[in-house]
Amino acid sequence: MSFWSVITSIIPSAIAYTIPILMGALGGLYSERSGVTNLCIEGLMLFGVFSSAATIVKLQAIPGFSFVLAIVIGIAVAMAASMLLSLLHAFAAINLKANQVISGTAINMLSTAVTLFLAQTITGSGNITIVRGIVRQNVPFLSKIPVIGPLFFTSTYWTTWICIIIWGISWFLLYKTSFGLRLRACGEHPSAVASAGVNVHRMRYIGVMASGLLSGLGGACILVTYAGEYNAGSGINGLGFLAIAALIFGQWKPLGILGSTFFFGLCMTIANMGKVFPVFQSIPTGYLGMFPYIATLIALIFSSRKSAAPLASGEPF
Amino acid sequence: MKKDRIINKPLEARKASPLIVSLSAVFLGIIAGCIFILCIGKNPFAGFERILFGALSNTRRIGNTLGMSTQLILIGLSVAFAFKTGLFNIGASGQMLMGGITGSILAYYLPLDMPRIIYLPIIIIASMIAGAVWGFISGFLKAKFNVHEVVSTIMLNWTAYWLVYDFIPRFIIDPTISVKSKPIDAVHTLRADWLTNATGFSTMNYGFFIAIAMCIVIWFVLEKTTLGFNLKAVGANRFCAEYAGIKVNRSIMVSMAIAGALASLAGLTYYCGYSNIMEMGKMPNEGFDGIAVALLGNCSPIGIFFSAIFFGILKMGRGSLAATGIPTEIADTIIATIIYFTATNVILANFWNARFKSSFDRKEEACKTYMKSKGDGRGVDALTSAEFREYAKSGKALIKSSKEVRQ
Repeated sequence: MSFWSVITSIIPSAIAYTIPILMGALGGLYSERSGVTNLCIEGLMLFGVFSSAATIVKLQAIPGFSFVLAIVIGIAVAMAASMLLSLLHAFAAINLKANQVISGTAINMLSTAVTLFLAQTITGSGNITIVRGIVRQNVPFLSKIPVIGPLFFTSTYWTTWICIIIWGISWFLLYKTSFGLRLRACGEHPSAVASAGVNVHRMRYIGVMASGLLSGLGGACILVTYAGEYNAGSGINGLGFLAIAALIFGQWKPLGILGSTFFFGLCMTIANMGKVFPVFQSIPTGYLGMFPYIATLIALIFSSRKSAAPLASGEPF
Repeated sequence: MKKDRIINKPLEARKASPLIVSLSAVFLGIIAGCIFILCIGKNPFAGFERILFGALSNTRRIGNTLGMSTQLILIGLSVAFAFKTGLFNIGASGQMLMGGITGSILAYYLPLDMPRIIYLPIIIIASMIAGAVWGFISGFLKAKFNVHEVVSTIMLNWTAYWLVYDFIPRFIIDPTISVKSKPIDAVHTLRADWLTNATGFSTMNYGFFIAIAMCIVIWFVLEKTTLGFNLKAVGANRFCAEYAGIKVNRSIMVSMAIAGALASLAGLTYYCGYSNIMEMGKMPNEGFDGIAVALLGNCSPIGIFFSAIFFGILKMGRGSLAATGIPTEIADTIIATIIYFTATNVILANFWNARFKSSFDRKEEACKTYMKSKGDGRGVDALTSAEFREYAKSGKALIKSSKEVRQ
């Protein structure tokens, strides 16, 4: 296997791993920029995985029901469900002025327990496996471009493109509109924003709900792209926390998190593709498995010292 | 009563104690559990009756409940200890795994005829060191590089998970079942014959006594030593502590190392006492339940002891739920809901404070009415609490009778 063919099989897979982390990190960005520390990305994403899995399984069981439509509905349901769960965090953090770290942890545990509880009632086991996920497709015309064609435009999922568009819209929304300015200001100096006549509580609700929506989307992406099942045992393996780490590593900036999530996506690929490539065959599975987490720790060492976190993140208003 | 006189303190409404706040959180958590059970069309009372039956109906079950509570006490202490220094240790699962794997490897390789009096201290100390190192890494990263401990402990959880995944087949594999470690011989676990026989072959082991001892040690360290004072000062206000000359960075590292050691002790009691095998690819849930234990116990050792027993009952009792058709995860749901409500403890405390205040105001009003009718010229503040209580009672009766007259 030549070097080039290794690269062309790693990169599409890395993109597939990147997208859910990117959505989670983008969700965290909305929430933290509005001033609410959000450590429940993991729980919200898991809830997205579960609710989309349950919906898609039910819909795909109907004879003659379009598979693609089932997936679209599943993703929409996941986004709505995670948003509802994020409202719990928003209520605790904004109205009840709770400790946001603890409330986030509670949401994580609640999500794990409730999804398993519901999975037991629905299927009788801890797993929900969907019949078929999204089929990988080449992008017409663009995949013919030499070098970048095989890297970025062959065997892609359509959700990837939607997520990239959402990332672009988010960047525009946060940095080029007055709404974005207000949202960011709520995370830096809420009293100043309040004195300018903006409802800080409402902005923060929007921030947390956006994080719920996007994390739900990320969770659904995990399901319909590479995972294909909701598995109560392993959950999503700390991917939500990787998203938070990516947010810190990306210094709370959209472009930064795009780069850092791609880095983590690459690490996840290396961890999971070890068996496929002869290069990695001599390394035991355990060491490959821990690679993304150690890489994250090292990345955090370099990026945490000069933290650019929103000033009022975690402070009740 | 006398105190009131001496400092001439004006009487005021009762404040909400941590106990009442915790009990409210438990109450709300159980209500939420009932709602969940009702949602799937089952009877919640039958469910809770089964939980109590499964946890407490005979000595064996009580022994098992205490065996499960052992881990929860130790993890609760670990989380609480870090919390006192203002750190949130959610890496107890990873620290447990490190303690467990160290204990299991030693149990596998140390000779069986070794006297227990030497053997037990060796595995206890070795696993504590392993966990302390694991906790120290997070503390070091926090102190030197400002890495948020919540993220770093989670990353270390998964690192430990994969490390154990690698170590089990490498060192202690059971060749017949290739995903589990070889069961540890009974004399190399923390179980004791007399304890096992007394509780009808339950999982209770020496770990329970270690846990109680640790409750006392941690209470002593936090309340009676300079180290504990320093750590608590850092937790209360790290800048203030720094001005006072306390080495903040060192305190953070020490605190995380001790928290790690406590959690790894929990891992030892879990894998070499409660159970005697380790499974590949399994993250112990107890690490997260410990957060609930610590928060519900208000981070005090005695509170942690009782909340751990409570969660032990929930976790052991759920095994008997199968007969009612309620999924056993209801116990985890209740635990998570309780944490959610303990996170909002400010609101619960405010709720009770408002309650106490309004009841006090009503009493004061009644007291004033009574004193007016008696022609007592003193203000309410001059009364002792006993007089206050008595007058309030008579005043209430007076108001009631005057209302009846009016009608």
